[in-house]
Amino acid sequence: MAKRSVVPFGPQHPVLPEPIHLDLVLEDETVIDVVPSIGFVHRGLESLVKTKDYNEFEYVAERVCGICSFGHGNGYAEAVEKIMGIEVPRRAKYLRTIWLEMNRIHSHLLWCGLMADAFGFENLFYQCWRIREKILDMAELTTGGRVIYSTNMVGGVRRDITPEMGRAILSTLDFIEKELVPIRRTFLSDYSVQERTRGVGVLTKEQAHDLGCCGPFARASGINCDMRLLGYDAYGELEVEPITATEGDNYARCKVRLDELFQSISLLRQALEKIPEGDISVPVKGNPDGDAFVRLEQPRGEAVYYVEGVGDKFINRFRVRTPTFANLAGLCETIKGAKYADVPLLIVTIDPCISCTER
Amino acid sequence: MADITRSPWLLHYDASSCNGCDIEVLACLTPVFDVERFGIVNTGDPMQADIFLITGAVNAQNAPVVKQIYDQMSDPKVVVAVGVCACTGGVFKEAYNVMGGADKVIPVDIYVPGCAARPQSIIDGVVAAVGLFKERYMQLKNKQPLSVGHLEGGEGS
Repeated sequence: MAKRSVVPFGPQHPVLPEPIHLDLVLEDETVIDVVPSIGFVHRGLESLVKTKDYNEFEYVAERVCGICSFGHGNGYAEAVEKIMGIEVPRRAKYLRTIWLEMNRIHSHLLWCGLMADAFGFENLFYQCWRIREKILDMAELTTGGRVIYSTNMVGGVRRDITPEMGRAILSTLDFIEKELVPIRRTFLSDYSVQERTRGVGVLTKEQAHDLGCCGPFARASGINCDMRLLGYDAYGELEVEPITATEGDNYARCKVRLDELFQSISLLRQALEKIPEGDISVPVKGNPDGDAFVRLEQPRGEAVYYVEGVGDKFINRFRVRTPTFANLAGLCETIKGAKYADVPLLIVTIDPCISCTER
Repeated sequence: MADITRSPWLLHYDASSCNGCDIEVLACLTPVFDVERFGIVNTGDPMQADIFLITGAVNAQNAPVVKQIYDQMSDPKVVVAVGVCACTGGVFKEAYNVMGGADKVIPVDIYVPGCAARPQSIIDGVVAAVGLFKERYMQLKNKQPLSVGHLEGGEGS
């Protein structure tokens, strides 16, 4: 039997933009066990509900994560609206959908870049981030913020998208779609990229199901789950078809995310075409009394929000179950049996968002 | 050796940021904002780094990590706190698990405000850090005492 050694990985590591610590048990070059330890980014955000009133907390909820920020704010706002029985105007629902999809495009492009960086393809990394800046420009045009939008509020949204902004978004989408084609080709057909992705870190459908994985990670293993099918916001009126793959390896995960970029572009076009006229918010009176669950699809998978109000302006309990938390078990499973050199790639492949997970 | 001041290497560590500032720091390194034109290269190795970019507030779990990274960096070194969380604790200041800004643990030289800090202001902070780095390098060369940044509860400069 080969000698076993334990190699600490993180929390500070070149490939990681965020701190996560893994103890890797190695047998020669092969990883046979993984022990993750987390808590480096824990802030105690959920406890802040008791110090901020429920309208103000909306902006704290967005700071669960800076990448998928709009979705977190949306989940919280929807949960409070559900408790208080507020019907949000249709235009606001469409605006939320538009910002959610813009968030998804920027998040997936960010992931593509980090993935390219992880297998050492610097040029591809820079190309992905170059395109990503265009969608951030659109976010800045419509909301004023690049990564944290702060346009959501309980009862609707704070800003409207004018027809000129809509046209600017559409022409940006044309640009992004055109630029994405060669990037997709490089990811999926380049010989050296496939060396690092094909057959690496396979997670079977059964494993993904048993470990409760979600989002693109589970869809790449053949599980057809997409919370957008629930029809929250305006998704009920748009055509959403979950994108799945069957291989369950790095290659499949690249393919799913790249195809989801095109799907998001199509959803944005549909939403901008169908967006109705009208108010963007309704006045909110009273305090939330009761509790509600909301599920929605973040770029990384299914996120669950729970809000409990007690008729006070301070909410009693706010809880988030984030997609990365669900996917960490799957990550440990894919790392077992992998080569040590593939570990950074496998960590990036689930698109980890540690700051969501630990809050 | 004087060329070291023309290409300082940069180390980025996320203490307990929400990722907003982290991705903006990364955006600074990519073509559109491109801090590499100032000769700055992002590195993952604290021992080779000259400028330490820290994002996010400090908590009990990551305080030793931040301290260790700072101690591993060789003199002269400059610390830049990016984002309001790294400056003061920001929106999380009242959270039970947050100790406060990065200056609770290590001396901070330059504070870049914003939530999330915009790439333009991060670049501004980094360029100021390059100037400070040159100053410290000259101090070290002339065997003068090195100036240090602000450390809450410490003496500072």
